[in-house]
Amino acid sequence: MTTPEEKFQALIDAEEKVEPPDWMPEGYRKNLIRQIAQHAHSEIIGMQPEGNWISRAPTLHRKAILMAKVQDEAGHGLYLYSAAETLGVKRDEMQELLHQGKHKYSSIFNYPTLSWADMGAIGWLVDGAAITNQVMLTRCSYGPYARAMVRICKEESFHQRQGYEILIRLCQGTSEQKEMAQDALDRWWWPSLMMFGPHDSESTHTEQSMEWKIKRVSNDDLRQQFVDMTVPQAEYLGLEIPDPELRWNPERGHYDFGEIDWEEFWRVVKGNGPMNRERLEHKVRAWEEGTWVREAAAAHAAKKAARAA
Amino acid sequence: MTYEVPVAPGESADIEETTGSEREGWPLWEVFVRARRGISHVHIGSLHAADPESALQNARDVYTRRGEGVSVWVVPSEQVYAFEPEAAADYVEANEKVYRLATAYDIPDEVGQM
Repeated sequence: MTTPEEKFQALIDAEEKVEPPDWMPEGYRKNLIRQIAQHAHSEIIGMQPEGNWISRAPTLHRKAILMAKVQDEAGHGLYLYSAAETLGVKRDEMQELLHQGKHKYSSIFNYPTLSWADMGAIGWLVDGAAITNQVMLTRCSYGPYARAMVRICKEESFHQRQGYEILIRLCQGTSEQKEMAQDALDRWWWPSLMMFGPHDSESTHTEQSMEWKIKRVSNDDLRQQFVDMTVPQAEYLGLEIPDPELRWNPERGHYDFGEIDWEEFWRVVKGNGPMNRERLEHKVRAWEEGTWVREAAAAHAAKKAARAA
Repeated sequence: MTYEVPVAPGESADIEETTGSEREGWPLWEVFVRARRGISHVHIGSLHAADPESALQNARDVYTRRGEGVSVWVVPSEQVYAFEPEAAADYVEANEKVYRLATAYDIPDEVGQM
């Protein structure tokens, strides 16, 4: 007779997926809830920096694209909340825990979007970094999370390409436009590298997550992948990556790059980034102002159900 | 990376799962989409909505923004009944009845394709 632990481990070892009714170690469940909830919250908060530019997009076409992208982010949040719910947490409760500051979201969204070029830089760099991570997560051992990632990755590709195209246009434009693109790269480059998290040697979750096949590639390896992929793209744009130590290392077959400002990294994680307070306040306000809609819909449904009975 | 937020030194890695609130949100629905004519509806995900009409509307917005489907079903999640893996042990044993499979029978080559 095999124990539930053995059955679980056998699934992991065989590269099969763990599915919601399966027995799983409490640590595995908690690790997933933490990661999926934070991922979902990041998608939802991530609507704000770009929502900031919908009313000021330079053309109707760009405005339509940006609205579609922000709508996708809402969709991604919903796929992920659904995945988290299969582990026994409720969506509304996750919202409230976020509002109370007990759940977190990615620090990248605590930076401001100061110019239109930031819409390009976010798509290219932030969504590019997200894709690097999320492609790995399509192979995650938990079925509902992996499936959500497959859908998300398809849509992120649109996000990254539209962002890069914004920057192509700016870089082909006037010198002011090209400066705008360079300024956006200067501000978003390092926060994008920070998205990959602490060094592997400092990362508290990595080892266990890799054993459980929740995470398949380490923070530093993913960061390297991202740098290697992105440098030639910056060269095509004719933009300069703001890192004096960045150079090709033929021995390693990778780009070497400088050290992240870890003080800034932890400052933003701990809630003291440029936009932490504003992002959360906006989220709470939207939730509170939507209360009457949620209540009205529930009342309407109850009335219809009573009439049908 | 990640969208996973690193744990700052001295901070707990545990995440809270509940506020302890008794309040129920909108009910949960399972969403099935037929990708194109000629194939069955397939489970694609779930969502919350107050009633069937808004569940369908939300399903269209959330799961078929890029023409992924020609038809959508929504079913209240509480109406789905399933085998639990333990109770299904004897059900899985059906795989042992190889005589149910066409490949269990040797047909001489001379007979040709059957």
